[in-house]
Amino acid sequence: MNILILIIGMAVVTYIPRLLPALFLDRIQFPDWFQKWLKSIPYAALGALIFPGVMLVEKDQPLLGLAGGLAAFMLALLNLHIILVMVGAITVVILLQTFFF
Amino acid sequence: MRTDSEIIRGFKAGLPIALGYIPIAIAFGALAAEAQISWYEGTLMSIIVYAGASQFVGVSMLLVGAGSMQIITTTLFLNMRHLIMSLAVNDRMRDFPQSWKNLLSFGITDETFALLTLGTAGEDTGADLTPLYMAGLTGTAYLSWVIGTAVGGLGANLIPVNITTAMTVGLYGLFIGLLVPPARKSISYTVIALVSMALNSLLGLFLDFGWAIVLAMIMAAGLGIFLIREDS
Repeated sequence: MNILILIIGMAVVTYIPRLLPALFLDRIQFPDWFQKWLKSIPYAALGALIFPGVMLVEKDQPLLGLAGGLAAFMLALLNLHIILVMVGAITVVILLQTFFF
Repeated sequence: MRTDSEIIRGFKAGLPIALGYIPIAIAFGALAAEAQISWYEGTLMSIIVYAGASQFVGVSMLLVGAGSMQIITTTLFLNMRHLIMSLAVNDRMRDFPQSWKNLLSFGITDETFALLTLGTAGEDTGADLTPLYMAGLTGTAYLSWVIGTAVGGLGANLIPVNITTAMTVGLYGLFIGLLVPPARKSISYTVIALVSMALNSLLGLFLDFGWAIVLAMIMAAGLGIFLIREDS
């Protein structure tokens, strides 16, 4: 029973931040600068999601995640499909785990 | 715009996320089992909470004996970044019926947000996101997370830790693969992303993950106000 209350509590506080913009965004007319800020969010968010998190996938081995991220970066520069970028990063990490770490 | 192909297109676009989510969800299901959470409670958590980082942190806190209020408060702070992400996604859903907005907003995760805002349906084709396309994309991610959790909870840990680590790097590959192509075309966006990385690293020295990432996002995106020209 206790765990059920915990799960429901977590569900509520997780949904609220996701839901709030759906409720109020279109009721407000935003100025031009706000639109520019909104447009920039994906780039700011992905930057912050990638780094330094990519170094922490294996806490004692920051170079392992960094190497995987670097592999993804190189493959992305080649304009490969997103699945290939992911598989490339995964492959590099598995190879490094097998032979070096 | 045929409706049947919209949802299939969304489903296909969501497959990279499913690839990353399934092994991690299995690992989560196994961790929940370790914390004496039954497989259906663990799966229920994935069904109604649906937030990977929060679920891992929540169950890990449970394992070390944290109280419910403490876990719920941590979850709230950890998820503040979704408020900012939801702003950007809802900006693309302005014409949707309210019930669609409410439903699709539930499906916003770091990964679905990244695909919805920078994936090919967005910038490259110039096409608008449609409710069914978004339902297909977020639904694929959601189902893979829920099913993966059930599998992990029932079958204990089928997947070695090494593979889970590698698949986590795969999700970083998803972020990197989505960020690089548009950033290459715009020095402004490149600067914003790099500044955000630097800010997040710096703020992470003083603040919890949840706050550091939110502040880095807000401040780095603020640069866009000065860097982006009117017409772009």
